[in-house]
Amino acid sequence: MVVTSVERRPGTAEDAVAGVVPGEVVRPASVQEVAEVLRETQREGRSVLATGGRTKTGWAPPPASVDVLIDTTGLDRLVEHTAGDLVVVAEAGMRLSALQQRLRAAGQWLALDPSEPGATLGGVVSANASGPRRLRYGTVRDLLIGITVVLADGTVAAAGGKVVKNVAGYDLGKLYTGAHGSLGIVVSTSWRLHPLPATRRVVVLDLADPLDAGPLALTLARSTLTPAAVEVHATTGGSAVLVVVFEAIPESVRAQADATIALLGGGRQGDDLPVEFGQRPGGDGDIVLRLAFAPAALPAVLQALPAGTGVTASACTGVAYAALAAENANLLPAIRTALAPHDGTAVVLSAPTDLRRELDHWGPAGNALGLMRRVKHSFDPDGRLAPGRFVGGM
Amino acid sequence: MTARLTAPTPAAGRTAALTRRLREAVGVERVLTDPAQLRTYECDGLTNFRVTPGVVVLAESRQHVIDTVRLCAEAGVPFVARGSGTGLSGGALPVSEGVLLVLSRLRAIGPVDPDNARVVVEPGVINLWVTRDASPHNLAYAPDPSSQQVCTIGGNVAENAGGAHCLKYGFTVNHVVGAEVVLPDGSVVNLGGTAPEHPGYDLLGTFIGSEGTLGVATSLTLRLVRAPEAVQTMLVGFRSVEDAAGTVGDIIAAGILPAAIEMMDALAIEAAEAAVHCGYPAGAVAVLVIELDGPEVEVDAQFAQVEQIALARSAFETRIAQSDAERALMWKGRKSAFAAVGRISPAYFVQDGVIPRTQLPQVLTEIGRMAAAVGLRVANVFHAGDGNLHPLVLYDDAVDGQAHDAEELASEILELCVSLGGSITGEHGVGAEKRMKMAVQFTSDDLDTMQRVRCAFDPDGVANPGKIFPTPRLCGERPGPRTGEHPLQAAGLGEVF
Repeated sequence: MVVTSVERRPGTAEDAVAGVVPGEVVRPASVQEVAEVLRETQREGRSVLATGGRTKTGWAPPPASVDVLIDTTGLDRLVEHTAGDLVVVAEAGMRLSALQQRLRAAGQWLALDPSEPGATLGGVVSANASGPRRLRYGTVRDLLIGITVVLADGTVAAAGGKVVKNVAGYDLGKLYTGAHGSLGIVVSTSWRLHPLPATRRVVVLDLADPLDAGPLALTLARSTLTPAAVEVHATTGGSAVLVVVFEAIPESVRAQADATIALLGGGRQGDDLPVEFGQRPGGDGDIVLRLAFAPAALPAVLQALPAGTGVTASACTGVAYAALAAENANLLPAIRTALAPHDGTAVVLSAPTDLRRELDHWGPAGNALGLMRRVKHSFDPDGRLAPGRFVGGM
Repeated sequence: MTARLTAPTPAAGRTAALTRRLREAVGVERVLTDPAQLRTYECDGLTNFRVTPGVVVLAESRQHVIDTVRLCAEAGVPFVARGSGTGLSGGALPVSEGVLLVLSRLRAIGPVDPDNARVVVEPGVINLWVTRDASPHNLAYAPDPSSQQVCTIGGNVAENAGGAHCLKYGFTVNHVVGAEVVLPDGSVVNLGGTAPEHPGYDLLGTFIGSEGTLGVATSLTLRLVRAPEAVQTMLVGFRSVEDAAGTVGDIIAAGILPAAIEMMDALAIEAAEAAVHCGYPAGAVAVLVIELDGPEVEVDAQFAQVEQIALARSAFETRIAQSDAERALMWKGRKSAFAAVGRISPAYFVQDGVIPRTQLPQVLTEIGRMAAAVGLRVANVFHAGDGNLHPLVLYDDAVDGQAHDAEELASEILELCVSLGGSITGEHGVGAEKRMKMAVQFTSDDLDTMQRVRCAFDPDGVANPGKIFPTPRLCGERPGPRTGEHPLQAAGLGEVF
């Protein structure tokens, strides 16, 4: 049986996800329509993949198949924003930039600053996207307070709620964060908000040797300064720039910027962010890696990369992005080995088309992979949701 | 104590066989079966729920935990993990004929790693010890439940414990970055680690707050935070609850994020005064304890702003702590409030509801009306900044029917919280106490979806059964052969899903 009320059309090359053209594209306008579509695919045994702003469709391995692509951008309503509660509820297809614009009027924001402002909330959750200010505010897992999902069989389920403090039941929001659509379709999200900071002050320090960034970041981490972000933009074997961002009341940001220059033994301050701030390195021809490691291991991580690699590191958080030249693809296993002593992992975010199917995108997933498979099986027993995109080929 | 059945039940026979194997595995002296000893474990901090466990295992090593869980799994006997037993929702309530796995002797606390701001601890480590060990490095462990002098990290993880300072710093789940977990089948997994964002599902985030129903942690990696440059604490007295609540809203609206905003009403103040002589402003109908921390220049400016906001809301006294001793006294009144209520009432129920904080004045009015209607008193203590209420329903257990009325009132208060868009628990957990209330907050589809997680971790339902969910469900699909009755069915706890 075909659901007729939902907007649908045949898939085209423009709808492709990591090179895989979907059989059909549907654009539901409500949670109920998403549920209808999933019930239908359940009956017909068809595979399903959801997209939002299409800013990260190149992330993760190519799907094994996409019979039905669910375009979630029709679910773009801001459901509820109670400014006094610093909480917002919005549908998953709403773009982060659109949400921020609405919140700005109330002097608030959702404290997530991934590199893709056009991303939808569902995409941000599913890919666990974050940006430089994760140092101050954390990531999706720290800010998402409620979630509604549609399961593979069309069941609509919610967890959490719209209060910041809530321990009733399992926190399914955590499970769906970074799950890349493999457990169900995120349709609505609730978030803890923060007041927009009054002012910003930025300290920039040029470094002749990128390896100096590690000890300097550690010096900042050991101080009582409260930067919103400490970013390192480096080229291994070349030079680097350290960017320290303060966002607070005017007297605080000025005092902290002065103290930072004293502590670092140099640097210039201003109000504007450098153009590269918040941007991941690399282009279409590169393998873009997300590296995660024990925060103090930044120098070791930089040394594990071949010379000439562009790196953006959120120092003090243990996360960095590296643009590995395509011809260095064979170095990926060695990079993973070098990071391992620092609890480090290297995940391929995006790669040139011809390399996508060859690379081990996720790397080793540890001794909980079996448990992850049981979770996947419990939520999607037929393996129809975003097949092949997640760890272990799930 | 209920009389022992003369004819052993099948479950009792299974437990006896398991006891023998446990003694072999962990040592005779660590396996308690004496009824008098067992009874000391019959409840946690929620004392009106009591079940005597079949066996108690006092684990002293990681291997003891693994062996105990594995043997329970093999025998099909349920187990319940317990730390200090300070939980307030019956999360560590034993299962009759089951094993109570006591973790409070697993107290190793690793060296603080100051560069990564991490420390690895065993689950029996007391919350306050972590900050004690971290403070020489100017680091601290942020979650600070009121019971932090006695509660364990393992228990904090099970309940996703909060505390007064979670308004700014978040909860346990925001500060635990890694765990070694013994799954209910006895296998061991490592979730998270020193580094963030390990590939795969965030099973660590799922495990934290699962109230012991997904496994037992044997090791936890904690994230430490830098001690702030400045801390300022203010005690503010009000002549009306509405003014106090309004002040909270105005502070938030001004874009200030305090480390904590705590509120107590007249009855809670009276109790705290009687118990710990904290010197709260005389005649106050409500007090706020407001704490700001961060860079000195920022704290100074915002603290002055907070004082102006309070004065504009008719605060009749604003008292600023001039020393750490004065700050400690302000907090002592707040942190001892639960126990203090015992001074003014023979008995009380502690509740733990959450509301959107803008609903605070309406909720207080409504709670007052509901209490008056049944002739009971309610003392209110809140984490006002994040809308987490702790109404303490006072009653006299010597008066016929009052305990029942108090329980009803406490229950209605939770339903009120849910109807306003809130939650039945902000930090105490659902446990045994509030599982029937889960159906008020969640649909059956929501609950069944959560059970899918349970089925992935614990298909046999042996880890802390009878908690969180209103109806225990058995996982439908089971690999491999199964013989005999399911342990949950045998215990009368389950029905087939």
